Amino acid sequence: MTHNSHARRYEPRKVTPKEDRVATSAMIASLAAEGYDTEAAPFGNALVELAKTRPEIVGLSADLAKYTDLHIFANAMPDRFYQMGMAEQVLVSAAAGLAREGFIPFATTYAVFASRRAYDFIAMAIAEENLPVKIVCALPGLTTGYGPSHQATEDLAIFRGLPNMTIIDPCDAVDIRQMVPVLADHNGPVYSRLLRGKVPAVLNRYKPDYQFTLGKAQMIREGRDVLMITSGFMTMRALDAAERLAKDGVDVAVLHNPTIKPLDRETILAEARLGGRLVVTAENHTVVGGLGEAVATTLLTNGVTPTFRMIGLPDEFLEAGALPTLHDMYGISVDGIVRQIKGWV
Amino acid sequence: MNEQSHPAPASNVSLERRAWNIRRKALLMGEVQGQGYIGQALGIADVLAASYFHAMTHRPADPEWEGRDRFLLSIGHYAIALYAVLMEAGILPEEELETYGMDDSRMPMSGMASYTPGMEITGGSLGHGLGIAVGMAMGLKRKNSDAFVYNLMSDGELGEGSTWEAAMSASHHKLNNLICLVDFNDQQADGKSTEMLSAEPVVPKFEAFGWHAQRVNGNDLAAVVAAFDAARAVTDDRPRVIVFDTTMCKGVPFLEQRDITHFVRVEADEWSKALAVLEEGKPA
Repeated sequence: MTHNSHARRYEPRKVTPKEDRVATSAMIASLAAEGYDTEAAPFGNALVELAKTRPEIVGLSADLAKYTDLHIFANAMPDRFYQMGMAEQVLVSAAAGLAREGFIPFATTYAVFASRRAYDFIAMAIAEENLPVKIVCALPGLTTGYGPSHQATEDLAIFRGLPNMTIIDPCDAVDIRQMVPVLADHNGPVYSRLLRGKVPAVLNRYKPDYQFTLGKAQMIREGRDVLMITSGFMTMRALDAAERLAKDGVDVAVLHNPTIKPLDRETILAEARLGGRLVVTAENHTVVGGLGEAVATTLLTNGVTPTFRMIGLPDEFLEAGALPTLHDMYGISVDGIVRQIKGWV
Repeated sequence: MNEQSHPAPASNVSLERRAWNIRRKALLMGEVQGQGYIGQALGIADVLAASYFHAMTHRPADPEWEGRDRFLLSIGHYAIALYAVLMEAGILPEEELETYGMDDSRMPMSGMASYTPGMEITGGSLGHGLGIAVGMAMGLKRKNSDAFVYNLMSDGELGEGSTWEAAMSASHHKLNNLICLVDFNDQQADGKSTEMLSAEPVVPKFEAFGWHAQRVNGNDLAAVVAAFDAARAVTDDRPRVIVFDTTMCKGVPFLEQRDITHFVRVEADEWSKALAVLEEGKPA
């Protein structure tokens, strides 16, 4: 007897003509963002810079230093880097032990492995004891075409349920570069998503004086018709979509909310209370348990009830393929955002 | 004089008497709750006596002293045993014995670092201690400390994959300041450990993972002490493990003979009976 309830896709396929082919987006690829300048490895470089004056900072990775930009730290400060091998449970447990001895460990792997594989150890060895371990993870949400094994579509939902955990979903190189010293100064555990490689610099273009602030949402673009509340690279997508929608006479505000937990309820409520605006959350994450639901809970429990919509990934295991195709398919591309918002206003 | 060579606070109380005192305190705590992991506490008492009164460097008045040897209780449900030795060592006041497991007690049924002075980690989710010990041993080396990290774990925890991630990691990173203590009582929740998921042969497994490994009778104090001495005296880079074969409920024969000893059932009138039996074997 064979289990047969899972949808299989075994039918033969037609071969796409060469000129129309789009290759699967690799795990190590930088996130494409047309029209923005990029910075190389903002996390690794910022960590090296900080560690020069902070001897208590150490780095650990589970065979993914290169793919989390931690190799820059490892190369610059080899005696402060621990290669833990392909062993995520001891990666985070050892980070907890180092934190107990007074160090500030930055531990990196992919978001799927930290959230799914190492969860109990993060919960009990780190979060329950409120230790200052910084877990920084690449491939958040839908940022690889490798399919569900590498797509961390529910990482924020998993960690939101964990007391003591601060959760960050940075937008761009500016957020990442600026957050590193802030996370080190925070006396408690942090889970942060990471964009690696050549990372677009977005926020400083719209707001030259932008400064990442833990626990604070910031208005990046004002607008009268729609209030988008966004995190991660969806802030970039929302800003691009807002430019497009402006040409059609739809004025979109973008409130960037990189701290998923603790949520900046005050700013979110104040903006949502202004009234008359459609409120739309946009996240690179399943619509279950992420930013959208966090905002919805905040609004409803405070008696603020604007028309509310969520843009995010569906409650499904997602397909493999090229990221532009997948982002379109699941509605988190600029086109997808524009299409959805036009349907709502 | 090297502080490590004569670490334990000087005392004329014999280790036998220390172990006996630990057993007695554990039984008194069990009596308070009418339950508890008393089988494990009675079984591991000799190892704990040797740890706190022979092997370890520590200052009872300052349980967070930087120079102390760290003792991690990976098996959180052995807390009753650790509370007993912490009281015996003067780290916890004996007056609090009767609060064991009560609301607002500093001594919850499963050990947690935030509740109890001298409890280094929150154990209980099994298979966590050794990985944390790896990180602490790394940290101590970074600080050029001479302190050892002891991690007390159960044979059941040998079934957790994380234990072997940590074991491989400890030898890879040459953590010769890490001493793992395995209580091999061959009992876990559903029956005999070796019949649930056998970890045997344990010593060759650890050796294959790059450890210095010993196995001794954990209820033979002279053998326990010798094993601690040998583990501390190893001069190479290997982490060290001592597997202690212990007898659940050791010291109270009528409990030793009970079939299910993971969470041994003790009737209300049996606590005083157990204490009376123990009293008969009181060492000088």
